[in-house]
Amino acid sequence: MTNIAEQEAAPKLTAKDFASNQEVKWCPGCGDYSILKQVQTVFPDFGVPKENIVFISGIGCAARFTYYMDTYGMHSIHGRAAAIASGLKALNPDLSVWMVSGDGDAFSIGGNHFIHLMRKNFDLNYLVFNNEIYGLTKGQYSPTSGKGKVAKSTPYGSVEEPFNPSELALGAKSSFVARSLDRDPKHMQMVLKRANDHKGTSFVEIYQNCPVFNDGTFFAYSEKETKQEQSIYIEHGKPLIFGNGGNKGIKLDGTMPVIVNLNENGNSANDLWIHDEHDKTKAHIIAGFFDTPYNDVHFPRPFGVIYSEERSTYEQSMKEQIEELVARKGRPSLDKILSGDKTWTIL
Amino acid sequence: MELIVEKPGHDTTLIEADSIVIRFSGDSGDGMQLTGTQFTDTAAFLGNDLSTFPEFPAEIRAPIGTTAGVSGFQVHFGSKEIFTPGDEYDVLVAMNSAALKVDLARLKKGGIVIVNTAGFDKKNLGLAGYPDGANPLEDGTLDNYTVHKIDVTKFTKECLAGSGLGMKEIERSKNMFVLGLLFWMFDEPMDYTISFINEKFAKKQDIADANIKTLKAGWNFGDHTEIFTTRFRVAPAQLPKGTYRNISGNHATAIGLVAASELSGLPLFLGSYPITPASDVLHELSKYKTSNVKTLQAEDEIAAICAAIGASYAGGLGVTTTSGPGMSLKTEALGLATILEIPLIVINIQRGGPSTGLPTKTEQSDLLQAMYGRHGEGPLPIVAASSPADCFNTVLEAVRIAVEHMTPVIVLTDGYIANGSEPWRFPTKDQLSPINVTFATEPNGPDGTYLPYKRDEKLSRPWAKPGTKGLMHRIGGLEKQQDTGNVSYDAKNHEAMTKLRAAKIEKIADYIPLAKPDSGKETGKLAVLGWGSTSGAIKTAVRELMAEGYEVAHIHLHHLNPFPKNLGELLSAYDNVLIPEMNCGQLLALVRAKYLIPAIGLSKVQGLPFTTSELKKKILEILK
Repeated sequence: MTNIAEQEAAPKLTAKDFASNQEVKWCPGCGDYSILKQVQTVFPDFGVPKENIVFISGIGCAARFTYYMDTYGMHSIHGRAAAIASGLKALNPDLSVWMVSGDGDAFSIGGNHFIHLMRKNFDLNYLVFNNEIYGLTKGQYSPTSGKGKVAKSTPYGSVEEPFNPSELALGAKSSFVARSLDRDPKHMQMVLKRANDHKGTSFVEIYQNCPVFNDGTFFAYSEKETKQEQSIYIEHGKPLIFGNGGNKGIKLDGTMPVIVNLNENGNSANDLWIHDEHDKTKAHIIAGFFDTPYNDVHFPRPFGVIYSEERSTYEQSMKEQIEELVARKGRPSLDKILSGDKTWTIL
Repeated sequence: MELIVEKPGHDTTLIEADSIVIRFSGDSGDGMQLTGTQFTDTAAFLGNDLSTFPEFPAEIRAPIGTTAGVSGFQVHFGSKEIFTPGDEYDVLVAMNSAALKVDLARLKKGGIVIVNTAGFDKKNLGLAGYPDGANPLEDGTLDNYTVHKIDVTKFTKECLAGSGLGMKEIERSKNMFVLGLLFWMFDEPMDYTISFINEKFAKKQDIADANIKTLKAGWNFGDHTEIFTTRFRVAPAQLPKGTYRNISGNHATAIGLVAASELSGLPLFLGSYPITPASDVLHELSKYKTSNVKTLQAEDEIAAICAAIGASYAGGLGVTTTSGPGMSLKTEALGLATILEIPLIVINIQRGGPSTGLPTKTEQSDLLQAMYGRHGEGPLPIVAASSPADCFNTVLEAVRIAVEHMTPVIVLTDGYIANGSEPWRFPTKDQLSPINVTFATEPNGPDGTYLPYKRDEKLSRPWAKPGTKGLMHRIGGLEKQQDTGNVSYDAKNHEAMTKLRAAKIEKIADYIPLAKPDSGKETGKLAVLGWGSTSGAIKTAVRELMAEGYEVAHIHLHHLNPFPKNLGELLSAYDNVLIPEMNCGQLLALVRAKYLIPAIGLSKVQGLPFTTSELKKKILEILK
């Protein structure tokens, strides 16, 4: 690895330094372009030498991301990025590891690896580009597609309940759950920085528009006409406020969220729910601002860091266990291992 | 060969035997594996050569007393070289009716059978499936054998009356009574087992005392009662000078990996998912965390191999261990590792298949899967271990090929040698050759670029690990352009890369030893060509026939892909080639296809290894 003196001496990298020499081949208008741009924009700020960064991706449109970053990288097989990244990080904990998947890659074929990655808590970052559709295979419904979704393989509409990825991650003991979207570059940059800073597996769901097979799925959260009513930007220590001109807020009645109009009945921002991203119970409630309404009330979709928790990472725990063992038992010589405890000699 | 040497103590005859086979057989809960292991370790310490064959049911606790629950441990020990656990046994210990029913068939005519009569009451006879009223102890079934009927359960209870132990714990000690009796019969000391018991129950002195008391009671029973008129002594074997240990195949596999890690300087990473009979390698390696070893019990077989691929990409020695069904699950990822051209060790400890098949029984039926079981054209090197101790050498060879030729390597062992054990004259570190690993540190292309798929004289590519300045590159499952490794859909490039990958594997033949007979001459009437765990049985059969004057030879393959360069030429020097396999003829198909010779197969798919007599019979049939 590059030593610190060398890092300090080196000129600061730019977004361009992170672009590989490969031509980017996503469809025109794809949300992936914005994500690539934001990643390349924020990476110089992280101060990590390029050679210490590794991208691991699975299969799908999103997974091609790896080829476009001038870092180390592996474009692997469908659903398995999490497993490959686990071995990589276990062997060399000093690397900055980033994973890129789509919703099919992460939650369908890779669903088992996803949940186990969350609980194991390697210190790495998992960006899931959710477009609620299979793009590379040309338009089948995905595990995040809404019920009723008409797609190539569901001409009469999907009969399946979709995953709510934030809830799934929380249920699997994720230590960092966040959501952003392709059409909000500044917000995405903020979330990427938070993910990078977090020690543990940072799960970042990014709503990404697929202009070819699922155009406009998330426009309600990004377009001027609807954005303020349909989305809520949450921030640690700040009240939950949304709506036109911030005219609405959310407060908690027991464990039941309630929407209040701040212009009516003397409601004040001081009475609102203050977001505490370390509170897991409340994180579950926020993650539940999804398709399932509370008390028949439709809640805005939350963006930002829903949950974060500092806990020991897999590689840290493994390192401590090994150090403790070495201190207690020492390192046996290979000769000792070869002979074992019980031998006999023939003269 | 037996020789009466003396008449000691009470009226007993001491017979010197050059080899003895004992089968300990009982219910899964009767402690037969432990009894067998203790007897084996003691024999090993006395300098006998030996071979063991533990055989147990797939169920952890099958219904008590039934034939499904019979657990056996066979040990063959001798003053001569021993290569198999023996076709038939000289002594059968049957702890219950079911054990006798299952295992009597392979007791030598005139052999000794020791039965625990408590296991032959009406209930046990019924559980074993004997018809109402039938009892093999009384109906003449055992007329051709020397029978010792002992109520082991009763003696154990009497011995431990007043010990303060519960009835369950007392009954559990009955295997020690039998072990003590066997030690007396074979003139072996109890010291090793006594120290083992004291270590094992260091914190439960009452249990330790009870076991030792029962062990000694068994010995004294032989010594004082006049039931036994014969004792046996097996002199130490004339093994090559040196220091030995007893080792099972799975244990040898595990420490082979630790050794490979140290010899190559690569940190070892094992990704594995529990599966019989491979789990012991995961268990064993997990103990070596202080030796630069990291183990990860993955969420499934797929994650296990993928994590190992990740570790290899990071510059480690990535390993995954499994058995048949797990191997199938790993296949897709093995395709990735093949196109990545990355070192990786995949160890398949074969068992009876397909599907769950016979999880605790042995088979060699995954050779063609190893050879061809991938989508696309994806040949890989295959090596196979021929005995428990040989698992060590085989793993070292696999790692050498993997890192020197930048390729995944498949290692095949099987349940028979994985669980079986033998004395091993283990090497010291300085007797092992280092494994050469070179990581790329400098650009190798024009204008300071790095070409991850530029090939050397072995057609192997460089290995640059993440963290190396200036060598950033992307690899993946998509077809690559030669040299640059960039994604390429070019038709001609794909064909060239496909052929290059195959040629690289074929070229490994330049770096492995030529084939030569293990026994016999380089020409003759018949060569037996074997691979894997059949080695001991073939060696014994061929040597016996050679001693009888037959022109036979034994050639054993350690490299299954590529074959040694001279194999075709060597085989054509014999009038006949016989290929015995615990499958339906997989190596046979490969050899016939490659060398166009009319090799003859001998197939056995019973979950059991070949016996020497089965092989001799087939050889003689061909020679007629």
